[in-house]
Amino acid sequence: MTQPFPFTAIVGQDEMKSSILLAAVDPSIGGVLVFGDRGTGKSTAVRALAALLPPIEVRPDCAYNSRPGEAVPGRAAGAPEDPTIEIPTPVVDLPLGATEDRVVGALDLERALAGGEKVFEPGLLARANRGFLYIDEVNLLEDHLVDLLLDVAASGENVVEREGLSIRHPARFVLVGSGNPEEGELRPQLLDRFGLSVEVGSPKDIEDRVEVIRRRDDYDRAPERFLRKWAAKERAVRRSLLAAQKSVKRVATPDAIIETAARLCAAVGSDGLRGELTLIRAARAAAALDRARTVRQAHLRRVAIPALRHRLRRDPLDETGSAVRIARAIDEVLGPEALKAAAE
Amino acid sequence: MTAVAWHRAARAAAILAVDPAGLGGVVLQARAGPAREAWLALLNAYLPAPPRRLPPEIADDRLLGGLDLTATLQAGRPVGATGLLVEADGGVIVVPMAERMSAGLAGRLAAVLDTGRVRAERAGQRIDSASRVGLVLLDEAAEPDEGAQAALTERLALHVRLDDLAMADLSPPASTDIEQARERLASVRVPRHAAKVLTASAAMLGVSSMRAPLLALRAARVIAALSGRRMVRDTDLEEAAVMVLAPRATRMPAEDGQEDAQPPPPPEPQDDTPSDNTSTRSDAPLEDRVLEAARAILPELGLDDGGKSRARGADSGSGAVQHADHGRPAGSAKAKPDGRARLDVLATLREAAPWQTLRRREMPGRQGLIVKSEDFRARRFFRPAESVVIFLVDASGSAAAARLAEAKGAVELMLSEAYRRREKVALIAFRGSSADLILPPTRSLLAAKRQLAVLPGGGGTPLAAALIDGRHLAIQLRRRGATPYMVLLTDGRGNIALDGTPGRQQALIDTQAAAKAWAYEGLTTVLIDTANRPQPAAAELASALGARYLPLPRADAKLISQAARATGT
Repeated sequence: MTQPFPFTAIVGQDEMKSSILLAAVDPSIGGVLVFGDRGTGKSTAVRALAALLPPIEVRPDCAYNSRPGEAVPGRAAGAPEDPTIEIPTPVVDLPLGATEDRVVGALDLERALAGGEKVFEPGLLARANRGFLYIDEVNLLEDHLVDLLLDVAASGENVVEREGLSIRHPARFVLVGSGNPEEGELRPQLLDRFGLSVEVGSPKDIEDRVEVIRRRDDYDRAPERFLRKWAAKERAVRRSLLAAQKSVKRVATPDAIIETAARLCAAVGSDGLRGELTLIRAARAAAALDRARTVRQAHLRRVAIPALRHRLRRDPLDETGSAVRIARAIDEVLGPEALKAAAE
Repeated sequence: MTAVAWHRAARAAAILAVDPAGLGGVVLQARAGPAREAWLALLNAYLPAPPRRLPPEIADDRLLGGLDLTATLQAGRPVGATGLLVEADGGVIVVPMAERMSAGLAGRLAAVLDTGRVRAERAGQRIDSASRVGLVLLDEAAEPDEGAQAALTERLALHVRLDDLAMADLSPPASTDIEQARERLASVRVPRHAAKVLTASAAMLGVSSMRAPLLALRAARVIAALSGRRMVRDTDLEEAAVMVLAPRATRMPAEDGQEDAQPPPPPEPQDDTPSDNTSTRSDAPLEDRVLEAARAILPELGLDDGGKSRARGADSGSGAVQHADHGRPAGSAKAKPDGRARLDVLATLREAAPWQTLRRREMPGRQGLIVKSEDFRARRFFRPAESVVIFLVDASGSAAAARLAEAKGAVELMLSEAYRRREKVALIAFRGSSADLILPPTRSLLAAKRQLAVLPGGGGTPLAAALIDGRHLAIQLRRRGATPYMVLLTDGRGNIALDGTPGRQQALIDTQAAAKAWAYEGLTTVLIDTANRPQPAAAELASALGARYLPLPRADAKLISQAARATGT
């Protein structure tokens, strides 16, 4: 099977790429929502991410990708452990039209009907444990499913109470949603539960557009050659992602940064603590990717727009885009420079 | 003209047949009839294997594969089934009634086109098989706002319209060697400037998706292969632009240098152009020629009015939900085990239990529980009806000049309110001589804002036409199971008759007739009098419509929105 289009070969779309990497560095950021027109490389970026992620250690034949010592259904506590195996970090696609039982898991029909046994058949959430769950067209997904996914993503545990089953299993994953705003928006209460929010558009610059077409065409014509050409860049990003995943817990967050983050959230009028928390976590992940030991204002500046864009109260009569409003707030709190960047 | 259209359609069939998976497929906009049959027969003749048909209501286990439940129960062991998408690998799938396809099916097909594989988790089986297919979507949409799912049509290179063809036009095309072109395709090379030319042309035609120029590039390669060449020529690029880019155009490119977007970049130095390039029929730069070729067919595609008539509904087709297969559970009912209904396992087992002794006697040797298909019970779900707020906005000179901005503001406020409550909003504006549905039912704030921003004001007041259009839309929505709420913003002074001619007398008669039909439907309506001083005409209209009357002189957007909401909930 051919590998997906390389992440590093995606032309432009820097905000999307960096946000996806931030979410991969620290799963507690709460995932990414990518909104934009069709054909802007949303799915390409997410599918490309799989190739960058380091492998994970799991118990052999575990439907939940669990690590030794973890409690999962069907495994007695304290049972002897087999040596672990390495598998690629799962990136699971949630297909549109998936039913709830496919997502959370359900009674194993075959065994229930054939042998009258009551056995749990794990769903997509189990497969996505310790990996990524990708939902294309998230705004077309039924509300109750989106609610359910966000709940599980936040708690890290999937609790199933159905068909006489009572099961709980670990389901820690990074949720990545994408959608096209032309087809309807996501409800605000769902919006703000995604950690980062990115808006993508087609590249404006004709040279960039031509480059997109050329690279894609090269890839389609000779995938192996194309992948070889980008292998070095992919390796470099993979290394820095791995290093950041290890170091992010040790990155120091000075009080001044926490205070600045709070002021920034107040200035844009975002509700609740979630914005602040995400802002700080994202800044910390950005610092880790920079190999910095301490979060600096530059990191806050870089992540503020994706971390807060979807947390502003919206005023339908105000034509000003969210990004510009946040950039203004950054200027107020941190001094100018940000506005220029947003205008570009 | 139409013979040319047929020739182009036939050409599309040949192009598709050479590389179905690479090009994604064809959107065939045509009603059922001889033209469509002729086209499908032609495609059939070009393909090495006949295309498969995909019924629009296909169940997932037939589409993707999975467990054949009935066979499994009969045999007493798991019986797997291959899905249509895997069976059709390497070929073409024809999808009838594509305009009624659900968003879910479109999403699944789009994923298969993107990855060339079927990946699914079905009934304990993991499916991961190659499925390199091209699709032919038979789109019978009568209205421009119906149409197949845009997420899917975006991924299909060729868009063909076959309406208005006469039998005489359907001449057999020149013979084409598809087989040879298929073999040659892998070795066809593309000159370096091709990507630039097609990208620039796409931008000039207002096509923002990056898929379009990429698909055009692939089409150009196929066209070269069909002509027996191994290098793409400029004429191939022109034809690819006509076939792939023009049908996606959202605007007429400017005739000369008045284009507000980026000017076309200067043509690349021609040294890397192949030497066999003999296309010298014009001295104009290549980009201009490609663009000109695409522009020439735009009027035929209905794009001569700034793209308005082709504006596809933001929510085409996905809104109508007939199958209540989700929502709040409401008990179980007998069902066929077809994978579409959601099986209630416990109810099914309970149904089977009393018969076990009898069935064991009938089938000695069978182990475990014996379940027959008549035992199956499916969950039923209750789903509250969707509501749609339909705004009819008087944008005429008399009412609108001062109030149109406020009406726009009210609609936007309503919309943000509605989308919080999962309602939809539609907008009909009337001015001049006609009423237009400028915003089909949508939840998209973005689409609504775009339409509202460009809504012009001024002209006569075709009130009767607006009432008729509004009522039709409401009836249409009711048929789909939605509940319409009507908000009419006007001063009630119609002065354009139904036939579009000015005249207060005839306009009044037509308006009264339309109001009567409206009242007959019993539509929940609020009429907001937008005149500066309350008008008797508007109050009378409200009572004829059976509507609540709200005179709101000098009201602002917020007030109007509140008033309208009071009806909606």
